[in-house]
Amino acid sequence: MADSFHLAGTTFESRLIIGTGKYRSYDEMKAAHAASGSEMVTVAVNRVPLDGSSESFLDHLDPKMKILPNTAGCYDADHAVRTARLAREALDTEWIKLEVIGDQVTLLPDNEQTLEAAKVLVKEGFVVLPYFTDDLIMAKKLLDAGCPAVMPLAAPIGSGMGVQNPANLRILREQLPDATIIVDAGVGVPSDAAIAMELGADAILMNTAIAESRDPAQMATAMKLAVEAGRLAFLSGRMPKRLYASASSPIEGAIK
Amino acid sequence: MAAITIIVNGEERDLDSELDLNDLLRHLAVPEKSVAVELNGKVVSRIDWPQTIVSEGDTIEVVHFVGGG
Repeated sequence: MADSFHLAGTTFESRLIIGTGKYRSYDEMKAAHAASGSEMVTVAVNRVPLDGSSESFLDHLDPKMKILPNTAGCYDADHAVRTARLAREALDTEWIKLEVIGDQVTLLPDNEQTLEAAKVLVKEGFVVLPYFTDDLIMAKKLLDAGCPAVMPLAAPIGSGMGVQNPANLRILREQLPDATIIVDAGVGVPSDAAIAMELGADAILMNTAIAESRDPAQMATAMKLAVEAGRLAFLSGRMPKRLYASASSPIEGAIK
Repeated sequence: MAAITIIVNGEERDLDSELDLNDLLRHLAVPEKSVAVELNGKVVSRIDWPQTIVSEGDTIEVVHFVGGG
């Protein structure tokens, strides 16, 4: 299909990026990953337990998937940079989903610290994909810093609230027509994913909406279809919204 | 060599003697696959583990990957 998703020199056929957290079992996770059609999954970096209970989580991932480590759990630029360096060493990948959280209740990003970390990591050769609030000026600064894409939230992480910021996502799309925009966080149901894609997102990253559903594999299929539908709709161009009706059938020629 | 105390992943650990990082991971029973090690805030590449000696008061982080979003 011609409409591939290009990111930092890699081509993906799927525009759905998925997480690996909160699944009830590895089997459920694997089934969901397969059903999603996704080609990239994100994983967290964490301390190895010292009680001998550690196991290799990566063994449960499809080896064909690109692994995108993230800096979840970091609350300042320094921790995020250290976490990214550790991830690169352990996985031999330059790619990092940069996440610097500013507050434990909302898990909203600390944009200032995110930008600071992004500048350091780009200089060190990382492919930095930053999670941030949907702010146009911050998006420009992150892109100027050398990030190949920006990842605005649609709603707080794990909230499933759906797209709370359609106006801001539209502004990002219209003002940054050439930028790669990946909506990260907030999707609850497939219609949310479709809306984000209809607004012009290039891809969506989600975790909880699939993992916490009753049937993750089936929900993953639904999300895959929604992302594809939303993308096609965006490319097709929506009709204008009108306050009043516009007849679809000819008015002339109706019997009197 | 004298016994030393180090901090690994936030926990104090007593060792009988100084160790290199390879031996430390073995001592901690940490599988070596897909882990990374930071010594006093700096990542130590896997190839440097055998030559890197852990000394009294060192702070070490050993990380791996877990599920996340």
